[in-house]
Amino acid sequence: MHTDEDLTERLKAFEGRPAATEGTGKDPVNLPMIRHWCEALGDTNPAYSGPDAIAPPTMLQAWTMGGLSGHTGRSAAYDELLGLLDAAGCTSVVATDCEQEYDRPLRPGDEITFDTVIESVSDRKTTKLGSGHFVTTRTDIRVGPDLAGTHRFRILKYAPAARPEKPPRPRPVVNRDNAGFWEGVRDRKLLLQRCTACAAPRHPWLPGCNACGGLDWDTVEASGEGTVYSYVVMHHPPFPAFDPPYAVALIELAEGVRMLGNVIGVPYDKVRIGLPVRVEFREHDDESTLPVWRVTG
Amino acid sequence: MRTGDVLPPLTLAITRTLIVAGAIASRDYQDVHHDPELARRKGSPDIFMNILTTNGLVGRYLTDHFGPTAVLRKLSIRLGAPNYPGDTMVLTGTIEQLDGDTATVRVIGTNGIGAHVTGTAVLTLGGER
Repeated sequence: MHTDEDLTERLKAFEGRPAATEGTGKDPVNLPMIRHWCEALGDTNPAYSGPDAIAPPTMLQAWTMGGLSGHTGRSAAYDELLGLLDAAGCTSVVATDCEQEYDRPLRPGDEITFDTVIESVSDRKTTKLGSGHFVTTRTDIRVGPDLAGTHRFRILKYAPAARPEKPPRPRPVVNRDNAGFWEGVRDRKLLLQRCTACAAPRHPWLPGCNACGGLDWDTVEASGEGTVYSYVVMHHPPFPAFDPPYAVALIELAEGVRMLGNVIGVPYDKVRIGLPVRVEFREHDDESTLPVWRVTG
Repeated sequence: MRTGDVLPPLTLAITRTLIVAGAIASRDYQDVHHDPELARRKGSPDIFMNILTTNGLVGRYLTDHFGPTAVLRKLSIRLGAPNYPGDTMVLTGTIEQLDGDTATVRVIGTNGIGAHVTGTAVLTLGGER
């Protein structure tokens, strides 16, 4: 606890210190950036185009952004503050509040300058994202001597809350009889066994033919097309690696054999007998690939 | 127009394109707004909309309604539930106060998770409406 209080005290010492002094906009206010903004946001306000165009007022902060080449005019104090928070494990950042006042419109050709002060640093707060400190800055944006607007901005610098690790999905049981099937899945192929005596396809993989008892077989790649033959919706019990409810379906393949799997592309409660599906392969982690069935109709 | 009037809602599809285009148009290159893999490493399920885009969309919502002669004077927003790709946000507004040609409007943007943005705007209304 002592170190927490100590940190908060050190953080509070930054209140009132400058975060940026005489920063300058990377570009003068200009029509192309205004147009790109309007295009991205779907803003068709005619005030933002033509010979008397003004910039959308909400672009205020955009003119101060450092972009990929970084900020100009940022003070050592602000970097020190962020560094102190990083060192305390608060390495993530999220913006939470933006309060702007627009004193005069910005127009193409205006060259902005800005000064930012660190208004406040909060005590340690615990949020859904993790625990950290809110940092509030206030930026005055000017064109020459005239105030164009003020921009108060609050960020949360936080240590991400640990997420409970989801256990890996259970592995399929691979044995001597069915190893060929899972090798196929790894290569993103759905392989069926086929009796070389009577040509009957079969699944799951077995040593002998259900139809004629023949012991010799080869493989054939399934087309991947099928329909839902039957299904259940799993609600309970929950297994840690799964997110119930989910549908488990018995798929009848075009080749006539049936196979179990998850149906994707529709919510669990929209799965119905007869739905047409096509196989896809889903990698659940580095070691596990499973066939799943996407609804096609 | 009266205090308590409700503005027609604006429904926006939160596409990946909108999130990335908004981030770049606002010159915000934080990886959480364009790189899903790096966003996940920071504990987010996907990329999410940056605050500048949300601010711009709220501004657009207001001027779409009040017209090009309305002048935005103040806008304060707070973010809550993030806007992830595939979601839909519905912006709604209520006129909280009218004082001559000055309107104070309360705006809420709700997505599939909850309130993405809550805010208050002050506008000077033009002569045409």
